[in-house]
Amino acid sequence: MRSRTPRLLRYLFLGLLAALMLTPLFWALAASLRPAEIPFASGNVFFAPALSLGNYAKALSLAPFGTYYANTILQVAAIIASQLLFSSLAAFALARYRFAGDRIIFTIILMQMMIPTAALLVPNFATIRLLGLYDSIPGIALPFFGSAFATFLLRQSFLSLPRDLGDAAAIDGCRWDQELFHIYLPTARAALASIVLSSLSFHWNDFLWPLVITQSDRARPLTAGLIRFTQMGEIGAQWGLLSAATMIVTLPLFVAFLVFQRQFVQGYLSSGIK
Amino acid sequence: MGRRFRLLPYLLVAPTLLFVLAFTLFPLARVLVGSLFKHRLNVPRYQVPVFAGLGNFSSLFQDPEFLQVLANTGLYVLILIPLLLACSFLLALLLDGQLRGLAFFRLAVFHPTVLPMVSAATIWLFFFTPGYGLWNQALRLFGYSGPQNWTGNPSLALGALVLVAFWKNVGFLMLFFLAGLQTMDRQVIEAARLDGAGGLRLVLGMVLPLIRRQSLFVTTVAFIGAFQTVDHVFVLTQGGPSETSALLLYYLWQLRFERLDLGRANAVTVIMILALLAFTIANFRVSERHEK
Repeated sequence: MRSRTPRLLRYLFLGLLAALMLTPLFWALAASLRPAEIPFASGNVFFAPALSLGNYAKALSLAPFGTYYANTILQVAAIIASQLLFSSLAAFALARYRFAGDRIIFTIILMQMMIPTAALLVPNFATIRLLGLYDSIPGIALPFFGSAFATFLLRQSFLSLPRDLGDAAAIDGCRWDQELFHIYLPTARAALASIVLSSLSFHWNDFLWPLVITQSDRARPLTAGLIRFTQMGEIGAQWGLLSAATMIVTLPLFVAFLVFQRQFVQGYLSSGIK
Repeated sequence: MGRRFRLLPYLLVAPTLLFVLAFTLFPLARVLVGSLFKHRLNVPRYQVPVFAGLGNFSSLFQDPEFLQVLANTGLYVLILIPLLLACSFLLALLLDGQLRGLAFFRLAVFHPTVLPMVSAATIWLFFFTPGYGLWNQALRLFGYSGPQNWTGNPSLALGALVLVAFWKNVGFLMLFFLAGLQTMDRQVIEAARLDGAGGLRLVLGMVLPLIRRQSLFVTTVAFIGAFQTVDHVFVLTQGGPSETSALLLYYLWQLRFERLDLGRANAVTVIMILALLAFTIANFRVSERHEK
């Protein structure tokens, strides 16, 4: 029974902590549901006497959030698909074969992990403009098609397979693509999942690059769309409207997180390596 | 195996290599060269790049504004990272174990990680608002009625950025410590406990060294994150008032896209990459020494 008081104290402390951490999101949710006629300065900031979805309807009519969603999904899907494909090919070559210059090539690829692409904003902007891809989804996605992180992770995973296995398969008349897709990739499920999840969380939330490389709603993803919304003249300090827009941008992924918590957490753990 | 030359491996690495060359190595070279030229799109004389040697660097380091930005970034990193490290570690200790309901508390601490930084900052915008901002209301509870406008106050704007980045990242970093604690050999701790090492001594003497690797890793993640993320600057302060809350990457954006000064933007890019590399190498050295 000695441990009862410390346990109670621990709960009390944890409760206070959780309340502090959850306040912003909870407030935003409450604010987004507050009827526009009831100003925040009057009465309770958290609890309005009524709830309304009016802010959501208005936010959706002011900016094309549906398009922003489609753009974000397209951009993230393009990046993940090409990273999976290109990194699998490169990692397979680097793990399975010895060839002249393989070490240099691997080192060059790894350099990408030392220098965050965000820092190379200015020259990459020029390159994308030169390619005629400014303000397009390929323009946002292209710089991320080659991934050192994914190549590294997959190569590590492939190296755990004995080379003899591949050689035996080759003698049996197995083509390289059969080797890759039927022998190597099926053993690399964990690495593939890490790549998908970390890329998803990084590029879904990426902001500065999509902001500078887009100028119209044609290609703008959610993050860039939200900041444009907050800076629209007529929005001003309409907190209900702002919160509704924030929730529209945030909630779907948040709900997905609540459902697939374990997978998300694994993804975040592996994304730290990047 | 395979003495003869084979084209296949080269074809397989080609796409990844090509993209890395095009979007990491080539831009790196371009920035290094570009930083040596005066190039300003809005000044007729410099619309075509003019060689200036290290002129961009020397003028930057004589510019009070750039020095201010460097000081901001240094201060931001020096306050944010130790705070994040200490708190995420303590939270991991607090949230490790089998206590009933712990999953909920972990979720409460971790959830900001899932929100995009732009969303997080937009939510916090209200908290810093003069008059009825929640932050000021909370402070008033403690009898404090001081500065009202957080993001517009030169000495508080940077603090507002730290606060948001802290709230957003503390749960993310906690995750790594938590994973470290959970994979750590429980028997080692039990043995220490039986030897009579308790509480704080146990933490300092046993747990900390065991997860030192984790700490170094977390420092690196936090540091690179602090350099890469300026989303909250865009939402909350736009670097103001008078550049007191501009961080390096934000300043880089301003130079390139607001002032159209490409030469200086390139020079700032070089400085930023050098800072990141220096940190990575130093961190690597330290961790190697600890390995021995």
